[in-house]
Amino acid sequence: MSKNNEGLGKTVGVVLALCLVCSIVVAGAAVGLKPLQEKNAALAMQQNILDAAGVLETGMDVPAVYNDRIKPLVISLQDYQVMQDKNPAEFDNRKAANDPDTSTQLEKANDIAGLGSMENMTEVYLVTDENGNRNGAVLHIRGQGLWGTMYGLISLEDDFNTVRGVNFYEHSETPGLGGEITNPSWVKSWVGKEIYGDDGKVKFDLVKGGADSEHEVDALSGATLTSNGVDALISFWMGDKAYAPLLDKLRKGELTNG
Amino acid sequence: MASVKEMKSVLFGPIFANNPIALQILGICSALAVTSKMSNTLVMCIALTVVVAFSNLFISIIRNHIPSSVRIIVMMTIIASLVIVVDEVLRAYAYEISRELSVFVGLIITNCIVMGRAEAYASKSTPFMSLLDGIGNGLGYSIVLLVVGFVRELFGSGSLFDVQIFQLASEGGWYEPVGLLLMPPSAFFIIGGFIWVLRTYRPEQVEPKE
Repeated sequence: MSKNNEGLGKTVGVVLALCLVCSIVVAGAAVGLKPLQEKNAALAMQQNILDAAGVLETGMDVPAVYNDRIKPLVISLQDYQVMQDKNPAEFDNRKAANDPDTSTQLEKANDIAGLGSMENMTEVYLVTDENGNRNGAVLHIRGQGLWGTMYGLISLEDDFNTVRGVNFYEHSETPGLGGEITNPSWVKSWVGKEIYGDDGKVKFDLVKGGADSEHEVDALSGATLTSNGVDALISFWMGDKAYAPLLDKLRKGELTNG
Repeated sequence: MASVKEMKSVLFGPIFANNPIALQILGICSALAVTSKMSNTLVMCIALTVVVAFSNLFISIIRNHIPSSVRIIVMMTIIASLVIVVDEVLRAYAYEISRELSVFVGLIITNCIVMGRAEAYASKSTPFMSLLDGIGNGLGYSIVLLVVGFVRELFGSGSLFDVQIFQLASEGGWYEPVGLLLMPPSAFFIIGGFIWVLRTYRPEQVEPKE
């Protein structure tokens, strides 16, 4: 490094030039690769939905199966009607939840899953069987874990009570402890459990030390706060403030003819 | 211009004679974190080799213009930009693997090998030799990671590149996987073993007793 580099002018000049070049390179890469990344993200989401719905197999053509078996609907969470003016293919659940225009601030007492605000509309994925008959649905769920928000999908059988599958596709829980919410054998323990009790209230529960009824799943050992978070988010999303009225309608066969 | 012999020693020296992990003990943390599967390991090796090679190249090109008072920041800026570009490319073309590698691609920025080569070699050498030095050190890093990844995936989950080699006992086969190997600390033992073997064959690498 030569001596004449040490002046203030030269130092500032080199640093500015370098910053300019680096920012152009970084911005170019980010902008240029964005379409591909978004395509990947959309594909990954379809894969998550199929996984929750229990139809994912390795090596399948994900977009084709998705188009065949999944029927997305944008549904208002205020009057539980299909919002015909929204295109499900372009609807972004995360964006709707974060935008103040399309979400509602929750009162502290009702906000058991720690969401802050809740979207006014959501995307619901109706599942069809091989013959094209409706066979349950996949719903977005999310809630506060120990370190951050856990995003997941839950799939229900056609009685809209029995769990077919669950998939927490994004979370920041501690690896090996709370991170076990993605462990396939734990996820499998949800299958066949029932959300609602005989009185129609949410009865599903994560319990310590041996789940033994059709409403109980073992909590994760060493991850009390994560387990509490999962428990709360199921209570919230399956409760009257969120999906319960929608599931009632689906049970009666409404909404699915449109 | 450097002789062919010198080029060879710059390119292949870091693989065994002057291995960045085994001799200089640099860049250990990613070696622990990403080596539980061969596919992740390979992508990490390629990513690091690309970053160290190009950061060496670019730093060497502007080495005569870098003011020494801000040289570390200048190097960091170049390295960080390269890492971001690599991360974006991975997210576009290898989405699954980039999700599994998650923060560790970003952490290449803090990998001591990259910074170490920039400061120790690229800031004093010609661009072409710096590029070779970067590739060589990337290969040296890669060989250790691939050995560690090979052992961990083969004995930890009975597979290589996700292809089942040993039939697992849980699926009706005979092999009971060693769960410890899937945990990061196991890489310490394997790297230790690698260094032991290397220094047995090359006793000149053994540090003198203090």
